Amino acid sequence: MGVYINADTKVIVQGITGETALFHTKQMLEYGTKIVAGVTPGKGGQTVEGVPVFNTVQDAVNETGANVSVIYVPAPFAADAIIEAVDAELDLTICITEHIPVLDMVKVKRYMEGKKTRLVGPNCPGVITADECKIGIMPGYIHTKGHVGVVSRSGTLTYEAVHQLSQAGIGQTTAVGIGGDPVNGTNFIDVLSEFNNDPETYAVVMIGEIGGTAEEEAAEWIKANMTKPVVGFIGGQTAPPGKRMGHAGAIISGGKGTASEKIKAMNEAGIEVAPTPSVIGETLIKVLKEKGLYEKCKTH
Amino acid sequence: MNIHEYQGKEILRKYGVSVPKGSVAFSPEEAVKVAKELGSNVTVVKAQIHAGGRGKAGGVKIAKNLDEVRTYAKELLGKILVTHQTGPEGKEVKRLYIEEGSDIKKEYYLSFVLDRATSRVTLMGSEEGGMDIEEVAETNPEKIFKEVIDPVTGLLPYQARRMAFNMNIPAKLVNKAAKLMLGLYNAFVDKDASILEINPLVVTGNDDVVALDAKFNFDGNALYRHKDIVELRDFDEEDPKEIEASKYDLSYISLDGNIGCMVNGAGLAMATMDTISYYGGQPANFLDVGGGATTEKVTEAFKIILSDPNVKGIFVNIFGGIMKCDIIAEGVIVAAKQVGLNVPLVVRLEGTNVDRGKELLNASGLNIVAADSMADGAQKIVELVG
Repeated sequence: MGVYINADTKVIVQGITGETALFHTKQMLEYGTKIVAGVTPGKGGQTVEGVPVFNTVQDAVNETGANVSVIYVPAPFAADAIIEAVDAELDLTICITEHIPVLDMVKVKRYMEGKKTRLVGPNCPGVITADECKIGIMPGYIHTKGHVGVVSRSGTLTYEAVHQLSQAGIGQTTAVGIGGDPVNGTNFIDVLSEFNNDPETYAVVMIGEIGGTAEEEAAEWIKANMTKPVVGFIGGQTAPPGKRMGHAGAIISGGKGTASEKIKAMNEAGIEVAPTPSVIGETLIKVLKEKGLYEKCKTH
Repeated sequence: MNIHEYQGKEILRKYGVSVPKGSVAFSPEEAVKVAKELGSNVTVVKAQIHAGGRGKAGGVKIAKNLDEVRTYAKELLGKILVTHQTGPEGKEVKRLYIEEGSDIKKEYYLSFVLDRATSRVTLMGSEEGGMDIEEVAETNPEKIFKEVIDPVTGLLPYQARRMAFNMNIPAKLVNKAAKLMLGLYNAFVDKDASILEINPLVVTGNDDVVALDAKFNFDGNALYRHKDIVELRDFDEEDPKEIEASKYDLSYISLDGNIGCMVNGAGLAMATMDTISYYGGQPANFLDVGGGATTEKVTEAFKIILSDPNVKGIFVNIFGGIMKCDIIAEGVIVAAKQVGLNVPLVVRLEGTNVDRGKELLNASGLNIVAADSMADGAQKIVELVG
């Protein structure tokens, strides 16, 4: 089960013949992900890692019945790749590519209005439903199947949180990296509402960072709608204002987007926020025990 | 990426946006020459640094004759300007913009920014010009107006007119103001700007609508398609270590502490800084080696960290996903051998190819303190640095 992807998901890798894509295609196949096709324009007819390559996403869909794609296409061509996935009417496309010009994403987002496809990312680690389907670049071995959903703006910080959970014997349903760009396809609230409706998910870890107001909006939504406990962390508590911390979206500007404002909003919504990233797991366990969910969430 | 006011105004001229006549000067002699050519009654001598708040900090002078132009130019060139945006260390003035004086009747505020909530470019305007817009937002939020722009149509003339009316621009000048806004929007989109702020926009005594200042910020991810903008980069305005890092596509930011950090992923890099601070240490930098790092990139990252004389210890915190731990390990080993490592080094590796990475470090003969977790590593480096 889990959200967005599961054992039945059939995946296309867009840009499959690139070095990074090839490496991660192997890793995804090893994890058990059903990769049914690759797309690289001009390389249709080839086979890589046993996966047939097509010239277009539509060809790949027609031949294989794929419903999800993952994009490893270089930044200058990534917006085009997303739109190609949207036009092929996939359920979901996950864009790993970082450094996409933000005005390209403004156009993509506009184009996607009213269309069927959901976009996760860009500039994200991908989505994984433990033991069923791994789409993206996250290391598979840290994930264990269980009942906690994870949603995060950061890639490596997600691994950190998942690793802590698994080590503490708390398995996960799905971990979703929504990406660190200011304009992205799926936001916290989209994922939180999926977790809220997923019978397998009993609690959620939400990892945010400085910049923008997505965490504050999510906190409002949680307060009004969420029936399951949420534990959080905000990265960048010590970041100086005006400096862009790597992610295009991670910047404190005009006094907005500070960690303290976000933590305050989350606390007010009843979200327990871990003081350091190292205790995200501990904080969740504490909350699970309070809510009487610990035994149900403990997987080993 | 930021550029200077005079460079911004040159871009705006090409888009039909009316700006006062003027030119850049690097010396008092050049300043006088420019002023002579302008031939205006009043000349403005403006310090060019990549920070706002120059006026209040004494970086903008009004000269009534050529002698005054020379005096002010001499005074400003080489001066360290401290504004609310430069930090306490300030910025040295190396360029001046010499501009004809404008007969200002009223000042307004205009800007184009990306609004994350709507994922659209948004035009903001206010009749409270010349002030810090954040201040206006606090004191008179009802005086700030917004127009959300559909990327398919671009800014529409009626939206620009509505903005001009909302800003209380005199009715007979509304069309002029709207035309200026359309020009600004075209410049913003064509050049992949992330911020374009005109503060102040002014209405003059002879009924012109003029951009008296121009603050551009460009999307670093789009610079590959704007060679003309890249050429405007002023390296004097940037930290040398940040320049070096950008050559290798590393995301590096100097901070005030003494613990050098090398991390993969921006979120984890921020969290690592937070954790070091939590245990009582002070990070010397933010450094994200990124996803596609090679051994060479990691080596350069290590050298940049070590080139900071304040660094008394290094914490490498890697959770490999797209980044492989063995690549990091190789880079650390090569760099440590090339530059000589005489400060404590704590390494925490986890994720893709972690075993191979740990083997390499163990076999390297380097004096490396291994850490089991981010907290463990942060505590160890804080202790070692003392």
